Amino acid sequence: MYIYNEQDQKIIEQRVAQFQGQTDRYLAGKLTNEEFLPLRLQNGLYIQRLAPMLRIAVPYGLLSSAQVRKLAHITRAYDKGYCHITTRQNIQLNWPQLEDVPKILGELAEVQMHAVQTSGNCIRNTTSDQFAGVSQDELEDPRPWCEIIRQWSTFHPEFAFLPRKFKIAVCGTEGDRAAIQVHDIGIQIVKNSADDIGFQVLAGGGLGRTPVIGSVIREFLPQKDLLTYLDAILRVYNRHGNRDNKYKARIKILVRAWTAEVFAQEVEDEWEYTKDTLGRLTQEEIDRVKGFFTQPPYESLDNKISDEELAILAENNIAFGKWLQRNTRSHKIPGYTSVTLSLKPTGIAPGDVTDSQLEVIADLADAYSFGEIRATHNQNIVLADVKKSDLFRLWEKAKVSGFATPNIGTLTDMICCPGGDFCSLANAKSIPIAEAIQRKFDDIDYIYDLGDLSLNISGCMNACGHHHVGNIGILGVDKKGAEFYQIQLGGNAGSDTSLGVVLGPSFGESEVPEAIEKILTIYIEQRKGDELFLDTYRRIGVTPFKESVYPKDKKISNTHEDQGHKHA
Amino acid sequence: MPKIIKDAQIVDDSWLIIEKDFSGPLPLGKLLLPMQYWLDNREKLNLMIAGLWIDSDEAVELVGHEANLFPLIAVNFPAFTDGRGFSIGRLLKERYNFNGQLRAIGNPIQDQLFYLKRCGFTSFDLKEGADLESALSSFNDFDESYQGAIVPPEPLFLLNSSKNN
Repeated sequence: MYIYNEQDQKIIEQRVAQFQGQTDRYLAGKLTNEEFLPLRLQNGLYIQRLAPMLRIAVPYGLLSSAQVRKLAHITRAYDKGYCHITTRQNIQLNWPQLEDVPKILGELAEVQMHAVQTSGNCIRNTTSDQFAGVSQDELEDPRPWCEIIRQWSTFHPEFAFLPRKFKIAVCGTEGDRAAIQVHDIGIQIVKNSADDIGFQVLAGGGLGRTPVIGSVIREFLPQKDLLTYLDAILRVYNRHGNRDNKYKARIKILVRAWTAEVFAQEVEDEWEYTKDTLGRLTQEEIDRVKGFFTQPPYESLDNKISDEELAILAENNIAFGKWLQRNTRSHKIPGYTSVTLSLKPTGIAPGDVTDSQLEVIADLADAYSFGEIRATHNQNIVLADVKKSDLFRLWEKAKVSGFATPNIGTLTDMICCPGGDFCSLANAKSIPIAEAIQRKFDDIDYIYDLGDLSLNISGCMNACGHHHVGNIGILGVDKKGAEFYQIQLGGNAGSDTSLGVVLGPSFGESEVPEAIEKILTIYIEQRKGDELFLDTYRRIGVTPFKESVYPKDKKISNTHEDQGHKHA
Repeated sequence: MPKIIKDAQIVDDSWLIIEKDFSGPLPLGKLLLPMQYWLDNREKLNLMIAGLWIDSDEAVELVGHEANLFPLIAVNFPAFTDGRGFSIGRLLKERYNFNGQLRAIGNPIQDQLFYLKRCGFTSFDLKEGADLESALSSFNDFDESYQGAIVPPEPLFLLNSSKNN
């Protein structure tokens, strides 16, 4: 992973000093609330419903065991002993004291961490595929590019006060695991006809109130031109994005208003001026950053023997076999595998992890995965480089610490925002909904029979829980002060990204699990062979689900329309 | 006389901002004319005494390479969170080679001075009552920056490369 040099370290330490000064001025009444707001947001600090919330940056989800131990210490010393993995691969503290935040940032800086630009109307943490660098299907490791973008975007003097937040994701595989189509900018690593590696660039995607799938604005961008081209996109957006209405301020609205073609042309015109300036990347710099993402010292192993051993263990231990099936993944190096530690056991808020669990994660990483840890946008933890021969021992330890729920990629591996229990933006709670669904569907064989199925929950239309791109999406809505839940079907976040369609009128909290059950029953009845939920939905459409969930005697189409007006 | 920050010092300043809806004879003194006013009346004006100010929603392209007719161009930040002025400043410097004094007016705050300086601004008219002494310290928030801008034009990787070679 990227290791700070003296300059990187100094920049982060000076940031801590800067924020300490800003906090002091704020507490002394020399900085108004209004002025402090964007400054604290750009350091990840929100004022939440119950307490401040601090969002710590985890660049493209990558952590070292030393960093995770520091996080364990911070959650214990400054918070209530747990933290939360977000859908942008970051980490949130829910209960820090405002006065403590500069001190927390100081502690983070000791392990090359920070909370820079994790919130606010600026360029946010660049996200990527949690299996970057270890996938068999990867064209090139996206992480060096993420790091290059991280440095370029950090304290960019021109783009610190954008119309709205700005999110970039990079993906190096054809099957998109970074949801790049629903980002302000999505960068797909591609190879052109001359066999050169470069980038296909998408712009104008996003979730939130108006979900949009991004448009390709450039088919092939040479590597060295990445930053000057990003500068051009950001400049066009900074100058022309809507600043009057925050719900129309994301780049997706601008791209849609201008059309992708016109937007792309504006960017090209701007880029003409900047492409050959000093900002152009050099091969030396690309090589320097790539030098931090070399392969760990893998052993030379016999894949066949490892697989045979695992098969025997799985046969003798059904629970291990299930875990093996759902929570491990193929790896480009023979004899190795990637393990996902599930943060979705029933009864725990999805993505929550305690201080002592963090320490266990660090220990497991040191023992089995070269000391490296990855936070995923699905709110789990990945140990990317585990020897297959270590899997049984790892599983036994993971089980003791509550990480071995064998549910990765299944119904109960839900993405879920903190919701109304914590967030002041939320219209409704989301964690209790996730728990009610987990409790209702506690039969692991049933869950396995359903197969790959994503269920995403957001407590409001800001869509932190990515409900639009869940196969089943649940959105918390406010109806005259009461909390209701709208269900959407057919969303998907892969390379064939699609946005869910609203099923019909919303449900009360207690009705949600039953509605989900009816939806799943239709799927089981109608699926052909091994067909996944999404494929069945795409084949049969929304109607059979609608008819099952809503009794026929109700006027569905009318209420549906009504719903659309109120909550779309 | 009002105080501003210029070249990292607190100085008196006598430039007078002419509002956009101004009409009638211009007052005497060093005037900052609204961009549209200048475009409409440029034939009649004696530029020896005039600077220009551009609002955040105005097209700096309309001034373009004529920027150097002015000893001073101010860019307005109607709200400090309106970041368009950062791009306008850079365009004036980079694209139109403006070599006069570039000033941020309106409501820029102390905590933006480092970024403003990097985008080419050299003078700063902060809101009334701002603690200018305190503000001066913010110019030095960071010693180095990753990306190039106006100050310095080179990204860090290029500066490091020339140091090493």
